[in-house]
Amino acid sequence: MPDGNHGPFEPRIVAFFCNWCTYLASDLAGTSRMKYAPNTRVVRVMCSGRVDPQFVLDAFARGADGVLIGGCHPGDCHYQEGNYKMLRRFHLLKRLLAQMGIEDERCRLEWISAAEADKLKAAVNDMVEKVRALGPLHLAIPKEEFAEEEVAVS
Amino acid sequence: MTKPKVAFYWCAACGGCEETVVDLAEQILDVVAAVDIVFWPVALDFKRKDVEAMPDKSIAACFLNGAIRTTEQEEMAHLLRRKSQTLLAFGSCAQLGGIPGLANLWQRESVLERVYQECPSNVNLDGVRPSRQYRDNGHSVTLPTLFDTVLTLDQVVDVDYYVPGCPPTPKLLLEAVQALLGGNLPPKGAVLAPDHALCEECPRKDTRPDKLMLTEFKRPHEALIDEEKCLMAQGLLCMGPATRGGCEALCVKGNMPCTGCFGPTSRVKDSGAKALSAFASLVNSNDEKEIAGILGNIADPVGTFYRYSLPSSLLRRKRVEA
Repeated sequence: MPDGNHGPFEPRIVAFFCNWCTYLASDLAGTSRMKYAPNTRVVRVMCSGRVDPQFVLDAFARGADGVLIGGCHPGDCHYQEGNYKMLRRFHLLKRLLAQMGIEDERCRLEWISAAEADKLKAAVNDMVEKVRALGPLHLAIPKEEFAEEEVAVS
Repeated sequence: MTKPKVAFYWCAACGGCEETVVDLAEQILDVVAAVDIVFWPVALDFKRKDVEAMPDKSIAACFLNGAIRTTEQEEMAHLLRRKSQTLLAFGSCAQLGGIPGLANLWQRESVLERVYQECPSNVNLDGVRPSRQYRDNGHSVTLPTLFDTVLTLDQVVDVDYYVPGCPPTPKLLLEAVQALLGGNLPPKGAVLAPDHALCEECPRKDTRPDKLMLTEFKRPHEALIDEEKCLMAQGLLCMGPATRGGCEALCVKGNMPCTGCFGPTSRVKDSGAKALSAFASLVNSNDEKEIAGILGNIADPVGTFYRYSLPSSLLRRKRVEA
């Protein structure tokens, strides 16, 4: 598994998948022996509505190059409206990320049902390629450098 | 018996925190009776060399307000840390980065360009900028340099306690002084204010609907604000649910929504993300376009949700391209 620290850049994508739909789709993709980009680290959550925006920011802050959130299709939420809550938060979160200089393609929300292993494969592959094209996120705080302003003391 | 020594210092802040000390009014006499103020540049004529001459750990407590964004402030933070037994981050700027922390949406170069060149009220035909060294008539003056990234106090030195607020209320300052004098302090790292959300102590608490859903967000100047009713229920972005209490709802009592200066409670890591989450989930729509429309009236998400806390947030600053 490429770790992104050695060799060519491999995007690190943290994926939050809902227990009832998208996680089952990834399970189905696995049992169906589908091949797709190995760059996602999947975190299973009970519902996409459980994905606190803090989780997304924390993932970016700790080195993720992208964050993928997968939930049930609108109307299909196991808890009735968790995915709608995610949808509302996602909209505002994306605007916040844009202000913070994080590109649109680095954070993505997909509705993928338990039967849609092919959609999961396509979404992951597409996201990995887009993030690969963007390059590493590099959120580190730059070191303060003042050299250009130094004037020798006379 | 010698009295415990106390210092106050001011870094990147507006001066409001100093005002809190003055706002102790007559009670400042009790404070002065109990402690010796050995360093307080805003009011007393002590210099940096006086602090340097003090033995290490000889100051019982130092209340340091302001964020750290210049080389001088960083040096003073280290100096005061060395001389003080207890260092308190006093106010939002020292604790969370504060309003100056919003400069983390820019970098030093863009800040200087705006302030010294672009700003419409400026007349600076020669494009003069502050430089580290200035020589005139054989005299040489060294100026501190501005950082790219505004830092909280605890990103620079070890901090023992935090007193929240923009500015902290005199009551909180007095309680902190009493706790220090009485030696009954909470564990290191504690915020010296109650650990509940502001809504808990809000006088409008009972007017908040059980199930709150909103179809419109308003900014204070766009609304005729009812003086009794929960501000969130009126569509105003009141940060109460995501903000620590302890201010006794001062702004709400003035009929203005909370802007979040007391920062998060101990259970929240990133108060901006939490507030964003809370407000977005209140949108009464399941339609993507409609949701975008309703949330569109939140003009500046970072400035709204991280008004006082950008440097202490998970992302800390706007990304700088490598």
